Amino acid sequence: MSELLDRLVRDFGVTEITERSPAITTLKVSREHGECLIRELRDREGFTHLNFIACTDWIEDGIFRLIYMLHNYASRQNLGVHIDIERDNAEMTSIHTLWAQAWTYQRELREMYGINFPGSPRLEENFCLEGWDDMPPMRRDFDTVKYSTERFGHREGRVSLEPRDHMKVLLYPNRGGDES
Amino acid sequence: MTLTTGHSAALDFAQPEPVDLSSGKYVKLWQGPQHPGITGNMSLELTLEGDTIIECKTHVGYLHRGFEKLMEQRSFIQNFTVVCRIAVPEPAFNEYLYAAALEAISGIESPVRAQWIRTLNLEMMRLASFLMWIGGQGGAFGQYTVANWTLTYRDYVLDLFEEMTGARIYHMYMVPGGVRAGLPAGFEKRILELMDNTDKLLDQIERVMYDNVVFKARAKGLGVIAPELVDPYGVVGPNARASGFQRDLRKDEPYLVYDQLDFNVITGSDGDAYERAYLRLQETRQSVKLIRQIIAGTPADGPFQANMPNMLHWKVPAGETYVKAECTRGEYGYYMVTDGTEIVRRVHVRGPSYTHAIALMERLAIGTNIADIAGLMVSLHTYPPEIER
Repeated sequence: MSELLDRLVRDFGVTEITERSPAITTLKVSREHGECLIRELRDREGFTHLNFIACTDWIEDGIFRLIYMLHNYASRQNLGVHIDIERDNAEMTSIHTLWAQAWTYQRELREMYGINFPGSPRLEENFCLEGWDDMPPMRRDFDTVKYSTERFGHREGRVSLEPRDHMKVLLYPNRGGDES
Repeated sequence: MTLTTGHSAALDFAQPEPVDLSSGKYVKLWQGPQHPGITGNMSLELTLEGDTIIECKTHVGYLHRGFEKLMEQRSFIQNFTVVCRIAVPEPAFNEYLYAAALEAISGIESPVRAQWIRTLNLEMMRLASFLMWIGGQGGAFGQYTVANWTLTYRDYVLDLFEEMTGARIYHMYMVPGGVRAGLPAGFEKRILELMDNTDKLLDQIERVMYDNVVFKARAKGLGVIAPELVDPYGVVGPNARASGFQRDLRKDEPYLVYDQLDFNVITGSDGDAYERAYLRLQETRQSVKLIRQIIAGTPADGPFQANMPNMLHWKVPAGETYVKAECTRGEYGYYMVTDGTEIVRRVHVRGPSYTHAIALMERLAIGTNIADIAGLMVSLHTYPPEIER
């Protein structure tokens, strides 16, 4: 594994290599080198299984972090490839030609985060949300309570509780939720 | 046959060209979301030429409840009421993986006894889920008698879950650091009795369903997953094993106490609906054997919960992990990112249905007779909530 990582640093400018557990390593690569690196890992290094593509919204840094989790069945290693992209006009190279299910993930990321993957099939089709006209809902700045209030209004008898405060009331009923 | 890779760079993933519906040659038909032959609330948009499907599009979203978004707004312990709902027939895998991800990032190790009980819980879940699936597959080909038998036995397993955890479906039993309680008095005797009866049931099912000429005629040759499709389409679990791939996370990357259990990875070769069905029957029998082994190996005494911090103020250190387990349909995984606060930063749930029900289903459906689409869909064993999360 270390030989492979050394080569990836040399050839693709990989940074931030972190061993999360003996079987899982994550690394970071630039957006420009991302697709080439993933293709290389699939075709030459035996990482033939795409576990998933996911995104984490680091709104405070103004970036989306894409995670491509790849698996090598022979060495039983998992490699998580991190690619940071700008939150504004977010766009990433499509990998739909590498795995058949990749376009499904990309369609979901388009809908849930607003990330564009030029050339990815059926990108504009709804994934889960039909007729959605608001901000992509998995973005951190999407306010679920505000959306719900505006969209569905107040209904008599409906009560909203802050989950953690409510839990304290349940745990300490005799003290009105005061845990001290 | 044991294959090491199913990858082919030359495979064509291009979407089919849209057909001219105004030509009068084709019929558009929706299978689902409300249909007895559908696996949960999802739908297939089918284009037919005569009785033959020439295009299929999977539509999901009917069960989208925003689980992953909800998890970003609740404390770590509160998310147990959320995660178990992500795969209704198999909530235990969600509980286990969510707890395991938190433990991996926090450096918490659950006691030995808890690991044995967790393994027991997961194998009971596998048994219950396979029993439900056998009934579903039988029903899709008109064999409703078998469905009644298997659902009855699934309920017997749920009775045991109720004894063990206090709940039948959503147990919320495997929590960070271990499990909520040990096994109740007399549990071992009752579960072993049920396993003896389940063995007899499975023999009957094999004779009635698997030896049935109609079932064989309809399932053999249906929905063949060629080995070269396996890696490019992310096929895992029994769907991959029925095509000859010796892959099982319980063996390949053992977790809990699976490395102390005696079992082999079962594989097939034909890769069609019948092969998948027969493989699942064998794995159901294997699960019964594993439950007996686990009961024999579970320590009678000892802690079932590690020392844990106050759950109301539990700040999990910043970190990232991906944990996975072999559920009845293959690799089930939880990817988790934490940022050192009392709330998880990101959880991504990787369910096998994501690939099996969309990319793979859309490919296998082409050329299938409309009468067999329900049987094909059930043969892939998919659950929509884990697609939508």
